[in-house]
Amino acid sequence: MGRYIARRILQAIPMLFILSILLFALVNVAPGGPLAGHGRTRRPKPEKAEQLKRQFGLDQPLPVQYVVWLVGNDWMMVDADGDGVKESHGERRGILRGDFGFSFKTRQPVVEEIGVRLGRTVYLMTITLIVVAIIAIPIGILSAIKQYSFFDITATTLSFMGQAIPEFWLGMILILVFYAWLQNPVTGEPLLPAGGMQSMDEGFSLVDRIQHLILPVTMGAVGWVAWYSRFLRAGMLDVIHQDYIRTARAKGLAERLVMLRHALKNALIPLVTIFALDIPYIFAGSIYVELIFSWPGMGRLYYTAAENRDYPLLMGILIIGALFTVTANLLADIAYGFLDPRIRYD
Amino acid sequence: MDQTHDELDTSTVTQFEAPMREHETMVSMVWNRFRRHPGAIAGSIVLGTIVLAVLLAPLSPYDPIASDLPNRLQPPSLEHPFGTDALGRDVLTRCLYGGRVSLSVGFMVVIITLVIGVPVGAISGYFGGLIDGILMRITDAALALPSLMVLILLSAILREVELPFFERNSVLTIAIVIGVLSWMTVARLVRASYLTIREMEFVTAAHCVGASNRRIMIRHILPSAVGPIIVEATLEMGWAIMEEAGLSFLGFGIQPPTPSWGNLLNSAWEHMIKHPWLAIFPGLMIFFTIISINYIGDGLRDAFDPHKVLKQVGEV
Repeated sequence: MGRYIARRILQAIPMLFILSILLFALVNVAPGGPLAGHGRTRRPKPEKAEQLKRQFGLDQPLPVQYVVWLVGNDWMMVDADGDGVKESHGERRGILRGDFGFSFKTRQPVVEEIGVRLGRTVYLMTITLIVVAIIAIPIGILSAIKQYSFFDITATTLSFMGQAIPEFWLGMILILVFYAWLQNPVTGEPLLPAGGMQSMDEGFSLVDRIQHLILPVTMGAVGWVAWYSRFLRAGMLDVIHQDYIRTARAKGLAERLVMLRHALKNALIPLVTIFALDIPYIFAGSIYVELIFSWPGMGRLYYTAAENRDYPLLMGILIIGALFTVTANLLADIAYGFLDPRIRYD
Repeated sequence: MDQTHDELDTSTVTQFEAPMREHETMVSMVWNRFRRHPGAIAGSIVLGTIVLAVLLAPLSPYDPIASDLPNRLQPPSLEHPFGTDALGRDVLTRCLYGGRVSLSVGFMVVIITLVIGVPVGAISGYFGGLIDGILMRITDAALALPSLMVLILLSAILREVELPFFERNSVLTIAIVIGVLSWMTVARLVRASYLTIREMEFVTAAHCVGASNRRIMIRHILPSAVGPIIVEATLEMGWAIMEEAGLSFLGFGIQPPTPSWGNLLNSAWEHMIKHPWLAIFPGLMIFFTIISINYIGDGLRDAFDPHKVLKQVGEV
């Protein structure tokens, strides 16, 4: 097992390198180059543009730029004032040492910009995923146990609907219904707030926090509940017909125990992999939720950065997204080995 | 006496052999199973209606682009069943023209996905070894990209530059951008099919009679792998329509005044609270299109699956 884990980690590293090259190429081959978003309201004069290029090291060949982006340039001489003479050591430390550069727009370090927002996105995503699990798992189990029952058919139909609703449109409809149409019968205010993490004027209040969570969590959860409940139903149906389930029943175990102990445990294993593969989509889905409900997280940050073509910020978020995905895949593979002892890697 | 017996014999033989001919059984078996799937039939009817309506869009008395300010923001009525937008344009007409854009993007993405995914998967699965390793690492890397984010980045770049081929986020540009980021599932699926099928005896037989690798890959293996590919392509279309809608909703996709379901929702956003019809109808178009496509895909999946017991095919 230890050797297997080590090998998987070693395999993940080249994957991250390929990804970093892909993302680097994407931004640098882009027409207008990486400076296109830098002060783009007034186009700099040609000689000024040359100077800027030298200052940012963009006169170097692309492979050199990539290495600098990766490991920094404090080990080489650079042309800090752009006059064509390399006079001082660079100050960049490279993304491998956690230096993602500065945002074009705010001039703040990218790491700081992201750090503040990441926590808020993870907060929203975690609560959404907990809600998804609480709803989807029982639906999936019941659907499979009572296959073709009224409950199963209703759940399956609803899950088809849930998967077909565009996430952002669902958000709009939720705002229409719970903010514009329904009112709190006591105060006459909108039933639920249409945006933000909490009300402006008050301090911390749990009720207020929860009220601000209901709509964004619903919007984020519906599609995933639909998808995972259906996936779990299929997994349970596969497992229920296995010999070991018949054995468990033959031993005289209560049906409840057979289902929860023997069937569910095994049906959840494939879910681990599929969940890991879904991480990039869950991560990306935060863009819609955060934009529609003015949630000050990574998704909205990415949207604004794309609007401004703020490349350092975009690259930072993309690299973190890719890192999330690769790590999640790695963990899923390792967890798979623990969960399913039939799997042996040698 | 003897002769009649012979005739009887041949007739029974032909009777039993006729449905065994490869071509007929495949198509008719799939169709017979497909038409017994109520969801798939309902989906086909709804999608067919939407496609027909979208094709007939020019019959509408209203112009999809030209503004008609005196009639701005009218609620739904007999003249304007879906109401009018902030520039007085008929929302139904714009939904239909938008449907042309959204459905074309979906269709083109499927083509691009197949053009990249099928050869990659086929070569990978058929030859195996080093080439398989390289192609699958690339596929894995592409799968690990946060696709919506890369999609936004690409179209944000393309939105602002003048290129001969990718001009102004046209339908083709958006389709290519989405397609380049969504061929991976097809590639993996095709690879898995080729891995299994290449071990079968008819492939060995084809080798023995001297068929080239190319011929075996295209003429012998591909027809056996076609079922899952069709199912995946169908579902891919729904997925692509959703991606385009999302991208255009964010303002990075198809640019106004050309309508698409996504950018209709984008322009509905600021007027939505007072004029909800602007937001409701384009969303319903997306919803009905995608749910139909998903039901059709589900029906095809059951129809192509020889292990599926027929009794269960009617499952909703």
